[in-house]
Amino acid sequence: MPTTRATTQDRSAVRSLLRLWPYVRPVRARLLTAALVAIVASCTGLVIPLVLKWLVDGPVADRDPAGVWLGALYLLLLGIAEAVLFGIRRWLVARPLSRVEAGMRADLYRHLQRLPVAFHDRWASGQLLSRGTTDLMLLRMFLAFPLTFLLVNGVTILVGVAIMLAQDWLLGLVVLVPAVPVLWTCVVFEGRYARVARRAQDQVGDLTTLVEESVLGIRVVKGFGRHRSQARAFDALCADLRGTELHKARLLATIWGVIVTLPELAIGAALVLGVIQVADGDLSAGTLVAFLSTALALRWPVESIGFLLAMSQEAATATERYFEAMDEAPEGGPAGEPAVGPREPAPEPAVLQDAGLRFENVRFRYPDAAPDSPPLLQHIDLHIRPGESMALVGATGSGKTTLTALVPRLHEVTSGRITLNGVDITAMPREELREKVAVAFEEPTLFSTTVGENVLMGAPDGTGADDLDRALAIARAEFAHALPEGTATRVGEQGLSLSGGQRQRLALARAVVGRPEFLVLDDPLSALDVHTEAAVEAALRRVLADTTALIVAHRPSTVLLADRVALLSGGRIAAVGTHQELLRGNAEYAHLMSGEEDPR
Amino acid sequence: MTAPSPDNPFDQDLLPSPPGATAALLRSLIAPMRARVALTTVLLLLQQAAVQVGPLLVAYAIDRAVPAVRDHRYGPLIAVGAGYLLCALLSGGLQVAFVRQSARVSQDVLLDLRGRIFRHAQALSIDFHERYTSGRLISRSTTDVESLRELMEDGLQELVTVVLSFVYISAMLLWLDLGLGAVAVGSFIPLYFLIRVYQRRAGRVFRARSTAIAAVIVKFVETMNGIRPVRAFRRESANDTAFAELNRAHERANGDSLLEMARYVVGSRLVANTAVAGIVLWGAYRVADGSLELGVLAAAVLYLRRLYDPIDRLGMFLNSYQSAAASLEKIAGLLARTPSVPEPVAPGELPPSRAGFPGREVRFDKVRFAYRTGGEVLPRFDLTLPAGQTVAVVGATGAGKSTLAKLLARFYDPTEGRVLLDGVDLRDLPTAELRRGVVMVTQEAFLFSGSVADNIAIGRPDASRAEVERAAKVIGAHEFISALPDGYDTDVRKRGGRISAGQRQLVAFARALLADPAVLILDEATSSLDIPGERAVQRAMSTVLRGRTAVVIAHRLSTVEIADRVLVMADGRVIEDGRPAELIAGTGRFADLHQAWQDSLA
Repeated sequence: MPTTRATTQDRSAVRSLLRLWPYVRPVRARLLTAALVAIVASCTGLVIPLVLKWLVDGPVADRDPAGVWLGALYLLLLGIAEAVLFGIRRWLVARPLSRVEAGMRADLYRHLQRLPVAFHDRWASGQLLSRGTTDLMLLRMFLAFPLTFLLVNGVTILVGVAIMLAQDWLLGLVVLVPAVPVLWTCVVFEGRYARVARRAQDQVGDLTTLVEESVLGIRVVKGFGRHRSQARAFDALCADLRGTELHKARLLATIWGVIVTLPELAIGAALVLGVIQVADGDLSAGTLVAFLSTALALRWPVESIGFLLAMSQEAATATERYFEAMDEAPEGGPAGEPAVGPREPAPEPAVLQDAGLRFENVRFRYPDAAPDSPPLLQHIDLHIRPGESMALVGATGSGKTTLTALVPRLHEVTSGRITLNGVDITAMPREELREKVAVAFEEPTLFSTTVGENVLMGAPDGTGADDLDRALAIARAEFAHALPEGTATRVGEQGLSLSGGQRQRLALARAVVGRPEFLVLDDPLSALDVHTEAAVEAALRRVLADTTALIVAHRPSTVLLADRVALLSGGRIAAVGTHQELLRGNAEYAHLMSGEEDPR
Repeated sequence: MTAPSPDNPFDQDLLPSPPGATAALLRSLIAPMRARVALTTVLLLLQQAAVQVGPLLVAYAIDRAVPAVRDHRYGPLIAVGAGYLLCALLSGGLQVAFVRQSARVSQDVLLDLRGRIFRHAQALSIDFHERYTSGRLISRSTTDVESLRELMEDGLQELVTVVLSFVYISAMLLWLDLGLGAVAVGSFIPLYFLIRVYQRRAGRVFRARSTAIAAVIVKFVETMNGIRPVRAFRRESANDTAFAELNRAHERANGDSLLEMARYVVGSRLVANTAVAGIVLWGAYRVADGSLELGVLAAAVLYLRRLYDPIDRLGMFLNSYQSAAASLEKIAGLLARTPSVPEPVAPGELPPSRAGFPGREVRFDKVRFAYRTGGEVLPRFDLTLPAGQTVAVVGATGAGKSTLAKLLARFYDPTEGRVLLDGVDLRDLPTAELRRGVVMVTQEAFLFSGSVADNIAIGRPDASRAEVERAAKVIGAHEFISALPDGYDTDVRKRGGRISAGQRQLVAFARALLADPAVLILDEATSSLDIPGERAVQRAMSTVLRGRTAVVIAHRLSTVEIADRVLVMADGRVIEDGRPAELIAGTGRFADLHQAWQDSLA
C-alpha cells in the first residue's frame, strides 16, 4: 500500500525534523511568539470579510453615511494591524534564525574538525560542504516559513472554516468536501517527493565533489588535455540532476493541480447553492459576499500547504544529511578509548628503560578495511631511545606514513600500544600528546594566513619572533623574510603561492618551532634541491641531537640524519641497525637504498 | 588576519566585469529557449485568466443570477455553475502544465549555466587558478547557481503571476468601475517607490551576504582538505574562532537581508490595506447613493484582496532576484575572465612524426617571460631541444626551472617570443593536438574519485584494461595496485583505497606513460618515490619512452644519469649547458652540485 509507506515516510520526516529541537530551543520563545503573532495577523485578515458583511448588510443597505465611515475605519485599523503584525513576525525571527543557521554551521564545522581522519578519507569534502551550506539554508527557510505557516495556515483554515460554518453550515460543508482527497494526495505525494528530494540533494553533493576535484586537479586536467572527459562526466551528473529535478517538478505539478482544482470546484458549488439560497431569501447577500470572501481568503493558506509540505520534506532530508555527519563519533575524549583492542587501564610510572618512544606489539588495520583482510601493520615492536633519531625505511606503500600517523593518534592502533616515556598515548589528552609530538607531513599544507602564523601554529601560545626566526633558520626557510611583507605575507589558498620546496621548508619550520620533545618527519626533504637539502640537514642535525625523532626516509642522505634505521617490510619491523650495518647485512635494505637488485 | 589589499582584484570576491555583463549573461541564457519561455508564459497567462474569472462570476451571480432565480429563470445560474467548473478545471490543468514546462525551462537554463561556469573555469589558465581560490570557484558553481535556481524555480513564476494578476485585476477593476479601478491603479505609485527603495537596500545586503558565504566556504574547504595538519597542530580551537568570525559576518548579512524583507512587507501591506479601506469607503458611499451596484462592489473587494495578495510574494521574488543578481554578477565576473592561454583561432597541425621516431623538436625562440605585475622570471633566451633528447634541468628553487616547463606545457604563454614544437607555435595547436604532443607530470599527483584504472586512463581514455595494466607494470605500480581490495577497480576514495604519496606519483607516471606523448615533462615528478621506484621510472624512460623528447626537472641528480644533456639554471638564465660527463668533469656549478650529491649518497 502506497499510503502506509507514505505515512511511515511522513512520520520519519517528522522524526528527522524533531532532531532540530536542540538548535531551535534557544529561540523557541521568539519563534513561538512569531507564530502566535502570525496567527493573529492571519485571523485579522479573516475578520475583514466580516466587517464587509456588516458594512453591506448594515450601513450600505440603510444608507447610513456615518456607519460607512465607521466600517471603513475598522477596515483601515484591521489592515494596519495586519501589516504591523506580519512585520513584527518577520522582525522577531530574522536575527534568531540566522543565528540558528550559523550555530548549526559552526557545530558542523567544529564536529567535522574532530572526526577521525579515517572519516575524512572516506567523505569527499564537497559532500560535507553541501551539508554546511545548501542544506542549512534549506533548514533556515524551513524554520522561517513552513514550520510557522503550517501552524498559522492550519489555524487560519480552521478559523476560516468555523466562520464559514457559522455563517451557513450547508455552504461550509460543501467547501469542506475536498479536504479529504486533498489531504490524501498530499500525504501520498509528499512521501514520493521526499525520496526524490533526497536523491537530488545527494546528486548536488556529487556535483560539488566533481567541481572541487576539477579545480584542485586542474594541473592534471590541463597537463593531459582532459577538459573534454571532465566536462563529459560533469555533463552526465548535471543531466542526472536535471532528470531528478524534473521528476520533482512532475510530482509537485500533480500536487498543485489537485490543490488548486478541488477547492475551486467546491467554491463553485457553494456559489451556485448560495445564489439559490439568496434568491429564496434564506441568506442575505452580505452573508454570501462575506462567505465567498472568506473562502477566497482561504485559497492561499490551502494552496500553500502543498509547497509548505514539499519544503518540509526537503528540510527533513537536509536534516538527515546534516545529522549523518553529526552522528559520526568524534575522536574519543581527552583520555579517549581507542577504537578497538585492549589497552592498559592506567599509565604506569615512567621507568628509565621505557623512556623515549616505544611501539609495543602494534597492529593496525584501517577501520573501514574488511575485517578478514590482513592488517597493514602487525607486531610492530620498536623502541626509540630518548634523544635518539630513528629513520624508517620501507618500500613504497609499506605503511611508513600510516605508522607515523599512529603516534599523534591521527589513526588509532587496532591493538598493542604506543608509549611516550612509558605513558600510553591513549592515556593522555590528545591536546597534550599533540603538543609533545610535532609532525611534518609528506604533503606540506599551508593555510590561508601569514607565513609567520603558519609556522607558529606548531608552537604553544606566546612563542615569539625569536623562535620563529630560529625555526626558519633551521629549515633554511629564510626566503620568508624576503617575501613582499616578510613573515607577514599571506600564503595558502588566498595568498602567494609558494613552490613545493618552499612549502616543505615552512612545514619543517612548523614542526620544529615549538621545540617538541618528539618529532615525526615524513620524508621531510623530498622537494629540496641538493644544496638546500645539505644545509637543512646540517641545521636539523643540531635539533635532532636532543630530540626523540622518527624520520621516514627514502634516500641515504635523509637516513644519515638518524642514529639508527628501522626497515619496515611486510607489515613488520624487519630489521633495526645503523645504515652501514643494514646496507651490508640486509638485501632488501640495500635494494631500497641503491636501487640495485644485489646487495653491495 | 591581514586585510586584503584593495588594488588586487583577486583579493575581492567579485571580479571586475564589463558593465551590462550580468544582463547580457541572463539574456544569453534565455535566448536559446525563447520559444519555450513564450509557451510557458502563455500557459501562465491562460491559467491566470482562468483563476481571475472567479470574482467576476460572483458579481454576475449576485447581480444577475439571484434576480433570475427569483424569476425562476435558471439559465444564468447554470451559466455561473458551468463557468466556475470550467475555470476550476482549466486553472488546475494549466497549473500542472505550467509547473512542468517551467521546470523544464529553468532546469535547462541551469544546465547551461553550470556547464558554462565549469567549462570556463577549466579553460582558464593555471595562473588564474593559482590566484583565484578553489573555494571561490566552488562557491560560484554551487551556492551562486543555487540562488539562480531559486529565482528560476519560484521567483520567475512569482514575478509573472504577480505582474499578470496586477494587469488582469487592474483591467477588471477598471472595467467594473472606472473610478474604483483608478484608485487601485493609483496605489501602485507608492508601491513602486517602496520596491525601488527595497531593491537598492537589499542589493547591497545580498552582495555582502554572498561574499560572506564565499569566505565561509573557503575556510571550510581548506580545513577539510588539510585535516591532518589541522589535527596534528591542534588548530581545532583556533579554527573554530576564525570560522566563527566568518560565520558571524554571514549571520549578520543574512539577518540584515531578512530585516530588509520585513521592512518591505510592512510598508507594502500598509499601502495595500489603506487602499482597500479607501476603496471600500468610497464604493460603499456610492452603493448607498445608488451609483454603484452591490455585486460590483463585492467583486471589486474580492479583486482588491487578490490584487494585494501577491505583494508578499513579490517581495519573495525581489528577494531571490536580488540574491540571484548578486550571484550572477559574480558568475559574470568569472565568465568575463579571458583565458590568458586561449585556444587558437586558426588551429594548426603538427607535421606527421617520422616512423619509429616519436620525439619532436622543441625550440624556444627569443622567449621572455614576466608576470603581469612586472617581475621578470625568464629574460629573453633561445634554446633548442633536438627531437629525442633527454634534458635534465637543475638549479636552485626560484631559478626558473618550473616556469620553463610550464611554458613548454603551455600552462603559460611567453610574454615575448614563441615556443615551437617541430616548428609549430604552441599557441596554434588545439588542446587535443597539443596534449598528444606534450604531457607534463607534476609533483602534486592528484587523484580523482573513481577507480585506479580510471585514474591511469586519464592519460588515454580509450585505452583498454590490458594497456592500463601494461603501463602500470612498466612503472612498477602493478604490485601495489593488485594488492588493493578491488585491484584496478578500487575506488581511490572508498574502502581501503588509501594510496601513499609515492604510489600516487607512480599512478601519475603510469598516466603519462599511457598518454605516450612526443614530449614528456617531469616537474619534480619523482620526489616522493623511493630509489627502486625512481629506477623503474628511469628504466621506463630508457625503454618504453625511448626516442621521446624529455625535460626532467629533479632536485636529485640520479635522474641526470640518464640525461643526454644538462641545463643548469640560475636567476632565470641557463648558465651551463652540456653533456653530463663534460659538466661533471668541469669546474662549474654542476660539478659542484654533483659532488654534493655524491657526498649525500654516502
